[in-house]
Amino acid sequence: MAEKDYILKVDDLKTEFKVGKRVVHAVNGVSFNVERGKILCIVGESGCGKSQTVHSILQLLAENGYIAGGSVEYFKKGANKPQVLSSYSRNSKKIRAIRGKEIAMIFQDPMSTLNPVYTVGRQIMEMLLKHERISKKEAKARIMQLLNDLEIPTPEVRYDQYPHEFSGGMKQRIMVAIAMICNPDILIADEPTTALDVTIQAQILDLIRKMQQEHGTSVIFITHNMGVVAEIADDVAVMYMGRIVEQGTVKQVFTNPQHPYTKALMRSVPVMGMDKARALDTIEGTTPDASTVFHGCEFADRCTYATEACFNRFPIDTIIEDGHRVRCLLFEEGEQNAE
Amino acid sequence: MQNKTEENLLVVENLTMEFASPRRFLEKQKPSVRAVNDISFTVKEGETFGLVGESGCGKTTLGKCIIRLLKPANGKIFFNADGEMKDLLTLDHEDSFKFRKKLQIVFQDPYAALNPQHTIMEAFDEPMRIHGIGGGDKEKRKELIAMSLERVNLQPDYMYRYPHEFSGGQRQRICVAKALVLEPKLIVCDEPVSALDVSIQAQLLNLMRKLQKELGLTFIFIAHDLSVVHYMSDRIGVMYLGNMVELAEADALYSHTMHPYTEALLSAIPVPVYQGKHDRIILEGDVPSPMYPPSGCPFHPRCSRCMAVCKQSKPRLEEKANGHFVACHLFDEE
Repeated sequence: MAEKDYILKVDDLKTEFKVGKRVVHAVNGVSFNVERGKILCIVGESGCGKSQTVHSILQLLAENGYIAGGSVEYFKKGANKPQVLSSYSRNSKKIRAIRGKEIAMIFQDPMSTLNPVYTVGRQIMEMLLKHERISKKEAKARIMQLLNDLEIPTPEVRYDQYPHEFSGGMKQRIMVAIAMICNPDILIADEPTTALDVTIQAQILDLIRKMQQEHGTSVIFITHNMGVVAEIADDVAVMYMGRIVEQGTVKQVFTNPQHPYTKALMRSVPVMGMDKARALDTIEGTTPDASTVFHGCEFADRCTYATEACFNRFPIDTIIEDGHRVRCLLFEEGEQNAE
Repeated sequence: MQNKTEENLLVVENLTMEFASPRRFLEKQKPSVRAVNDISFTVKEGETFGLVGESGCGKTTLGKCIIRLLKPANGKIFFNADGEMKDLLTLDHEDSFKFRKKLQIVFQDPYAALNPQHTIMEAFDEPMRIHGIGGGDKEKRKELIAMSLERVNLQPDYMYRYPHEFSGGQRQRICVAKALVLEPKLIVCDEPVSALDVSIQAQLLNLMRKLQKELGLTFIFIAHDLSVVHYMSDRIGVMYLGNMVELAEADALYSHTMHPYTEALLSAIPVPVYQGKHDRIILEGDVPSPMYPPSGCPFHPRCSRCMAVCKQSKPRLEEKANGHFVACHLFDEE
């Protein structure tokens, strides 16, 4: 099989936070690849480390956070050697040249990400002028073009308005504009639709897909909503407690989910047209505290299939089929039996 | 759901709620916001009535009017008190006090709904004392609190703890237990699960259905997530910009959708099933400002099937099939 064209390789990434004397392992050995021009969805519940994973890629961790191991490699188009992002220090010129220009990010809450005292036009312009040597006039022309593409009505008027004059959905469009204005290779979207209504969410998802197709951008899309994943993803990684428990293409994960956590996530949401007399499947208990020390599978105490071995041994990734990996002891043993 | 009777517990008639816009210095008085616009519906005893709509559609305001946290500008709210329908809005002080404990609410944000300085017991004890539950006997009240916590699968000795010691899902269960302790007939659940993770959400939804079955409660279930509302409710009202645009049995709303807005809302829900590339109805634009609502049908600027009449006259909510009400000119009879 031909080698796939990857744009980003994350290998055994570990991110830790110092909280007082404790060390919290927010990301605990995460590996995934992003294919050029595809959408990868990272899905998981709050506190599973999905946001910290992408923050690590761009070195955007909080003061007390640091990358403790692993590597993040970025393969720029045409370059023969990857740039190792995880080796750059957080304020270095190198990483700042990449942030926004090569890898851009959209955050969850557009209300708190836009600066309320500047016009949105100025905020988009800032990004462009930071990274490219062009005149303001050229810059404005490009911004107008992009606002048009983003289906923002009357862009000439909107350009000079302040964030408070925009609705939530429109603000998120502006965030997409700021992220896309330098035509980045990778767009990281951290729960971009969580704060929005469903009809507006559908608009923004449509827009991100359109941008990805027209510009050939690769997207890392973070969400907790399995429905959104099915809607937008090419590839999926399911995270739990700082680890990826299952990954594969969207078709593999949705038509043939293997990990008990993935299965439970899919069955715990009500779906229109389901049998209403049936009680929803639940995952018992709550997500453990992030500083808990484990000796085995993190999901074991909430898992209905857990055996004693699950509590005492860390599972390793098992390949189900090409590109579909599961981190669960159930499958490791299956493999041993087969041998 | 199982205890559903044909008797009406709550009848809302032509309810309207307006908020006056604050007038700032040297500014023209802005028009007031009509958050709930002439809404009528009934809730039968033992059923779950779902209210669904996007943010700003007035569903929470409607819920708050019903339990009288807000005073509506107009309209009537009848509540069935042992066979006799009484208008909650015309009751005198003493009578309304009696009714308050029969109507309880569970709020959206369990972090904001519990006072951080009170232990769970103190939080539960205050309304019980005021309403004379447990006959003024402190030990008896404690027993009832313990029972109520057990009902929502929490340990009774949690009552000595403070809210910060609990996770979001536990707090929301505490809020449900707190509503139950006054032995209400009707509980307004205002987006009870939207602040919770999916795995916790399922736990709470199951619990609420179980409690309803055991205690014969009536719920008004408010949420923006149509699939959650559909799962929980017997009948559903769809709201848009302060108006009820469609009202039907939950299954009929799904299988025989009539209003274009409901159609779009259903289509916009991302379904966790792999289906490859497929088309959806994507609504254009945003919900208009309720301060300056559009003329005619409130949905016409975003509607794909808008006709000339939609811009001029506002459709009334009318029964078009058995128990299926819709406010849309598409279904007007010539």
